[in-house]
Amino acid sequence: MPRCFGNGGEITYLDWLISAWGWTLAVSLLSLFVALLFGSIMGILRTAPHRGLVLFGNAWTELFRNIPLLVQIFLWYHVVPALIPVLREVPSFILVVMGLGLFTSARISEQVRAGIQSLPRGQRMAGLAIGFTLPQTYRYVLLPMAFRIVIPPLTSESMNIIKNSAVAFAVSISELTLFALQAQEETSRGIEVYLAVTGLYFISAFAINRIMHFVEARVEVPGMIGGGK
Amino acid sequence: MLNLDFSFLTTEVLSGYVVKGFFFSLELTLIAMLGGIVLGTLLALMRLSARPWLVMPAAAYVNTMRSIPLVMVILWFFLLIPLVTGRPLGAEMSAIITFTLFEAAYYSEIMRAGIQSIPRGQVAAGYAIGMTYGQTMRIVVLPQAFRNMLPVLLTQTIILFQDTSLVYAIGAYDMLKGFEIVGKNFNRPVETYLVAAVLYFIISFSLSTLVKQLQSRIAIVR
Repeated sequence: MPRCFGNGGEITYLDWLISAWGWTLAVSLLSLFVALLFGSIMGILRTAPHRGLVLFGNAWTELFRNIPLLVQIFLWYHVVPALIPVLREVPSFILVVMGLGLFTSARISEQVRAGIQSLPRGQRMAGLAIGFTLPQTYRYVLLPMAFRIVIPPLTSESMNIIKNSAVAFAVSISELTLFALQAQEETSRGIEVYLAVTGLYFISAFAINRIMHFVEARVEVPGMIGGGK
Repeated sequence: MLNLDFSFLTTEVLSGYVVKGFFFSLELTLIAMLGGIVLGTLLALMRLSARPWLVMPAAAYVNTMRSIPLVMVILWFFLLIPLVTGRPLGAEMSAIITFTLFEAAYYSEIMRAGIQSIPRGQVAAGYAIGMTYGQTMRIVVLPQAFRNMLPVLLTQTIILFQDTSLVYAIGAYDMLKGFEIVGKNFNRPVETYLVAAVLYFIISFSLSTLVKQLQSRIAIVR
């Protein structure tokens, strides 16, 4: 009798679809973490009062923004392990997360930089004037406001990361797009398979959107830009 | 550790494998840009009209395209186009149709912002001197919207150029594919992917530098 889920080691297409969805979410969320970490650091460096740091942040952003994502994924998968032997043992899943994460970090650094630069100059001066060190000025004065300002663009970047995770199929990560390609090949039921996969991408991106709106509402400061009454 | 050898990448090899792919990437970018901007402008005008039966389908089209990964859109069209036309069109033709229709959604959002940036008085003035809706749009609003949005439209085109590498999913022969074949033939994937990355970087970086210069020029005139 045909069943939805296999038992005793046998795997149905539904089992496979769900595990592929899991891989898509895992790649996306870990990449998002990498992207937020490096993107924030680079965005902050690009606003620092130090020429060398600004140049480094700018170079980072230009480098990761001007190479197609798919090419970057191939670089991480084929080139990086060949040049750095230590990375040969690293599973390809981690390499893809680094690729997608650093690619997205360039976009996030742009947004974080714009967020910090949108604050009045007096904020930074006031922080330094009352005796904060530069890191303290960032920590207590600039960043709390800048990050609240950039939540909306970060939301759309987080949704983009779900969509962009589809390129992981090219290095055989068993995520939704690879499932779509292989299940279509095996079953010739392309439309049904693609509908299911597209629907799951929709749901995932929408869920991220809701979570970010929840975060936005939680950290909202009344009276501030975008804040409530 | 570093035993890179680029000597196999002769002019002969490059012109044999890569140039063909490069021209397809270029062709795909240009056709999708022109077609996408024309269709995108129409979609933007539909969304800004007062008639719900024009607004709704345009909004649904744009939002659907923008919520699906481009790779899935490429696969969808590759599957559906033969069902519609009754015969397979080949990966290259399928890619051209897909990118034109897909990019139209992104260009339409840019054009919509551009049209909305034109003061309402301009439209009113057009009507006041007796122009029809079509004339007002064609002669008064769209040229200004286009000019204001030119840097953004070109930036989107650079993104489009980078995204053409995704035709990998259906095996179309673009620049990346050319490099990949060279890498397989000479068993030198590391060097070929590096050169491909450098080439994509040089093209995208110089184009975006040009766009930045153009942007500062346009900004002065305003």
